[in-house]
Amino acid sequence: MAKKKIRVLVAKPGLDGHDRGAKLLAYKLRNAGMEVIYTGLRQSPRQIAETALQEDVDIVALSCLSGAHDHLFPRTVECLREVGMGDVPVIGGGIIPKEDIPGLKEAGIKEIFTSGASMKDIVSYIQSLADKDQRTVTTEGNKP
Amino acid sequence: MSRERIKEAYDAWKSGVEKGLAKTPERKPRFSNSSDIEVSRLYTPLDTGGADYLEDIGFPGRYPFTRGIQATMYRGQIWTMRQYAGFGTAEESNKRFKYLLEQGQTGLSVAFDLPTQIGLDSDHELAEGEVGRVGVAIDSLEDMEILLEGIALDRVSTSMTINAPAAILLAMYVAVAEKQGVPPEKLNGTIQNDILKEYVARGTYIFPPEPSLRLTVDVIDYCVKNIPRWNFISVGGYHIREAGATAAQEMAFAFSNAIAYIERAIAAGLEVDSFAPRISWIFNTHNNFFEEIAKYRAARRLWARIMKDRFGAKNERSCMLRMHIQDGGSTLTAQQPLNNIIRSTVHCLASVLGGTQSLAICSYDEACAIPTEESARTSLRIQQVIAHETGVTDTVDPLAGSYYVEWLTDRMEQKIKEYIESVDRLGGAVEAIESGYIQRQINESSYRYMEEIESGERVLVGVNRYQVEEEPLREIYRVDPAVRSLKMARLKSLKERRDGGRVKEALQELERAAGGSEKLMPRIIEAVKAYATLGEICDALRAKFGSYKASKDF
Repeated sequence: MAKKKIRVLVAKPGLDGHDRGAKLLAYKLRNAGMEVIYTGLRQSPRQIAETALQEDVDIVALSCLSGAHDHLFPRTVECLREVGMGDVPVIGGGIIPKEDIPGLKEAGIKEIFTSGASMKDIVSYIQSLADKDQRTVTTEGNKP
Repeated sequence: MSRERIKEAYDAWKSGVEKGLAKTPERKPRFSNSSDIEVSRLYTPLDTGGADYLEDIGFPGRYPFTRGIQATMYRGQIWTMRQYAGFGTAEESNKRFKYLLEQGQTGLSVAFDLPTQIGLDSDHELAEGEVGRVGVAIDSLEDMEILLEGIALDRVSTSMTINAPAAILLAMYVAVAEKQGVPPEKLNGTIQNDILKEYVARGTYIFPPEPSLRLTVDVIDYCVKNIPRWNFISVGGYHIREAGATAAQEMAFAFSNAIAYIERAIAAGLEVDSFAPRISWIFNTHNNFFEEIAKYRAARRLWARIMKDRFGAKNERSCMLRMHIQDGGSTLTAQQPLNNIIRSTVHCLASVLGGTQSLAICSYDEACAIPTEESARTSLRIQQVIAHETGVTDTVDPLAGSYYVEWLTDRMEQKIKEYIESVDRLGGAVEAIESGYIQRQINESSYRYMEEIESGERVLVGVNRYQVEEEPLREIYRVDPAVRSLKMARLKSLKERRDGGRVKEALQELERAAGGSEKLMPRIIEAVKAYATLGEICDALRAKFGSYKASKDF
């Protein structure tokens, strides 16, 4: 049987309208052979979790450039748990000060890519997450 | 010297150079700018021979304004230095404004937080985590009174970056001025009020395009009749560029949007010369120095011709492209942030040589966080150094006559025109947005740019070359997370103090008016003065207008 395509949800939580990075990532992931669903702007964490469930995605990638990541990223992880998708790895990107990263990771975000990150690195990171089939194991203690 | 002799000499020179290329080749086979215009090895009088100096280049302050919209440009007056600012609460922003005015800034520029920009009060569920983040949170007239406390509104000019709820924020500004005893006719400033680019680039829309355009035209109509010195629209290429467009697309799509506004204002009964002189613009300067300068010169000439030929403008002022520029935040890098000061200095110089009227320079730490006081001051200093120390302001349009600059100005004009024609063929800006054409054009340019960086074809210092290991920036501005609870408490207390009956009546009247076709500004002003909140006013409009749904295309 052919290998199942990796399904990624690229999501814009909150009110931020900067979607250049999110669209670039979606485009790169699609070119890398993945199935990509893009939420469009202004999604609440709850809506993102519901879409993740409906679309049965393997990975959720969040993008936020408004500075609201501290609230929105952990809240999305919580909502995913509430809909029974707590094993889906969540990664985040945007304008995120480095000292916020440990707290976000503690809240369950697997990895954070800040504005200097290269798309190649993000794509290969997502690839590696899927290759390890992380959904069958607990996300805790599973550092990249 | 005759053209023939130059041609002959040029050909001889060229064949000599090309013989040497086998041994010492050029760095790459093709040199081109962001707009995908191929740049030649050398420009000579042969490349500019077609221009009619009086028709196409002319004199500053005279149609078609290629050389600038004022006769004396910076010899008369340095451009307005207007840094973008607005933080957290109205109190904090008010403090920062007073600081910037003391530092020699000549105009205010207000950034609003996202809930304000999309018509939600601070206590709305979706506002959680966003209150006071990217600008000041304004829920009601009360916040606006605090924001502008102690600032003489008849003496400063204020630029407000607000679009979907522009009519409401303008109504608040007018109401505060009235309380200060300043009549509307004495007010100076700009309101962005450019909704169409929100659907393709910036994302802070509320209502669908058609009812939004009705509000846009109502603001224009109100300003023309009541605040004659107010720039009732600032049509943006800026955000289109930040979303990934090329320099030529930036100008073309902004022009197409403006054409849509003008057509609707004329359809609403306004005579073109009664409002066109007050149209202002915001553009974006990126790294390619000569492309940017040529872009501004080309845009001035093209816009002048559009106003005259397409709209029949008779007043020369209607033909002037009056612009504010901010340099491109997307050109700044998180890596080695001090390098951004160098980039911004080049942007500043290109904007000045491009003939801007007003300028904001990004802060070097913008790719990392909201600017600190120190980084915001450095941006202002870049402008002051260029203005006072370099001598570039001593003569008007100093690059005119450069074979390259004049050739590139022609080519940029041609390229911009071609994009406008493709939007026209689709039926105009609204149709081109609804069909996704403009979004696709922008996305494709954005993807191409990324590929060039990833392949190393385009060098970004510190990003794909000359990298170093580095520590994060030490001082970062942080928004107090308590802002939202403060704002929620203020809202609660406001709702207890205000005249509930007056608020209810004003909102009902507004909703009724929105269902018909009457002008909405008087109703909005009444609601604002009754201390109805921004969210309540937008809800009344949403009830009739509906909400715009986000696109999921990429």
